Amino acid sequence: MLRYTLGRLVSAVPVLLVVSLVSFAIIALVPGDMASEMAGPSATAEELARLRTQLGLDKPIVERMLDWYAALLLRGDLGESVLLRQSVTAAILERLPVTLSLTFLALMVAILLGVLAGMIAAVRPNTWSDQGVMATALVGLSLPDFWLGLVFIWIFAVQLGWLPTGGYVPFAEDPLGWLRAMAMPAGCLALTQMGLLARITRASMLDVLRQDFVRTARAKGLPGWVVVAKHAGANVLVPVLTVAGVTTGILLGGAVVIEQVFSLPGVGRLIIGAIQRRDYPVIQGGLLLTASIFVAVNLVVDLLYAAVDPRVRYDRR
Amino acid sequence: MPPSIPASATTDDSAAPQGPALAARLLSHRGVVVGLVLFGLVVLAALTADWISPHDPLRNNFRYRLGAPNDIHWLGTDRFGRDILSRIIHGTRVSLRIGLMVVLATGVLGALIGATAGYFRRLDGPVMRVMDGLMAFPGILLAISLAAALGPSELNAAIALTVAYTPRTARIVRASVLVVRELDYVEAARALGAGHGRILARHILPNSLTPLVVQCTYIFALAVLAEAVLSFIGVGPPPPTPSLGSIIADGRDYILEAPWISLYPGIAIAITVLGLNLLGDGLRDVLDPRMKVEIR
Repeated sequence: MLRYTLGRLVSAVPVLLVVSLVSFAIIALVPGDMASEMAGPSATAEELARLRTQLGLDKPIVERMLDWYAALLLRGDLGESVLLRQSVTAAILERLPVTLSLTFLALMVAILLGVLAGMIAAVRPNTWSDQGVMATALVGLSLPDFWLGLVFIWIFAVQLGWLPTGGYVPFAEDPLGWLRAMAMPAGCLALTQMGLLARITRASMLDVLRQDFVRTARAKGLPGWVVVAKHAGANVLVPVLTVAGVTTGILLGGAVVIEQVFSLPGVGRLIIGAIQRRDYPVIQGGLLLTASIFVAVNLVVDLLYAAVDPRVRYDRR
Repeated sequence: MPPSIPASATTDDSAAPQGPALAARLLSHRGVVVGLVLFGLVVLAALTADWISPHDPLRNNFRYRLGAPNDIHWLGTDRFGRDILSRIIHGTRVSLRIGLMVVLATGVLGALIGATAGYFRRLDGPVMRVMDGLMAFPGILLAISLAAALGPSELNAAIALTVAYTPRTARIVRASVLVVRELDYVEAARALGAGHGRILARHILPNSLTPLVVQCTYIFALAVLAEAVLSFIGVGPPPPTPSLGSIIADGRDYILEAPWISLYPGIAIAITVLGLNLLGDGLRDVLDPRMKVEIR
């Protein structure tokens, strides 16, 4: 297991290298003069010069890149946000809990609903309950999540008045208020993502239910739900874990947009705001950080995978 | 997407049907039929947009701003009094154009990159690490940032989405190339003295494309969804071009007094994407019976 863990850790290094290169290089794509774009039309020549120095635009791009890497690796420094007048690292860390808790809550709801739906569908395949559940999952997959957010706002906040239209309450201050603020954003993220989990659960469940050991379990007289939950359930875990890893990435991306809809002060809103106001160091840092989180999640999923299913450790090179 | 599948099984024993048999099989698949109808409706609306739109999608009408749906404006009007239905019909054009560009580009690039990585084993490691790195970004976030950096335009949105989704197609092509390259007839071709180029182009690629066709249908769906996000955020095609995502964004501030502005374009997106997803599922069921067990 230790060898496997080390191997996985090492294999993340080139991925992170590509991730950081892309995060850095995206800014090089900006057409025209970045400093004058950022400063706006009213800036004086002096202000422009100062901004160029601050962004390192007076140096060649390779040197700028080396500086960026050096600051990042030695001090965890991603530069200064021009607009917030704050270090990018601090700005991101301040907002990270909102995004992470939103992603986590959405993931939990999606797994719960998805696995449940997949099991219901697989227990009676090709009946109306199966087809109904799977059709719902497919429709969910096809809805734009930000639009669903607006529909939720209209139904639950405007029409029914049950939930606030947006805004954030820290969990530590008021857990119930936090849940009320998070219910709609997490709900619409989860609804659009549970479909994938439901499908994979149903497919692997159908596969497992055909196996000999399930027949044996049934034959020895165990009640149906015990067989489904215990014998089959354990074997469904591995594929579900894999998909959950992928889903986390999609949810992180979805959270970026959903934060915008529900006015949640998370990393997504920071990045979108930075894009609209051309605060490039924040975009770089935000991209790098989000991708790194995703890489870490996949690493954890891979390790969990190996822990749950020992065969993985030997099968994979 | 027309189901014209390039010679999916010319040689080996896989049971994928072709030609008329394939068409018959596809048309007897309920999901494919429903998907074709839904997606066909959207394509038809986009193609005939100039004739079937009841109004000019760009014409303001300040006497009927934020107007509720009525006999003249079936789906209501926005804050400039522009007809929502006409804007949606024209908006499907943008979605489909971008979707098509993304599918073609990711398909071709994915095939090239995937085939290179799968066939020339020495290039596999480096090429796939780059793909892994791109896939480490949440696709939508990478696309938003790229589109923002390149500047808001239809072409740039398509480029951004292509960069975000090409790793998926490349991975899929690579996986099937890895299988096909070990088959006997490839060895036979090699023994007969065929060069790498010929083996790849004539023997391996045509037989590795079935999963790519299925994937491209899903990527079309993803691209339509993602384009809506780009427009919603404001990094898609610039106004006044009506795009489904930007109409939803227009209605965001009027959710209290005019919910129809945001509501209907979302339904149009959902119909398009649902149609494509059903088509993709159907193609997968019919073309590759083995994959059926895996996901569905």
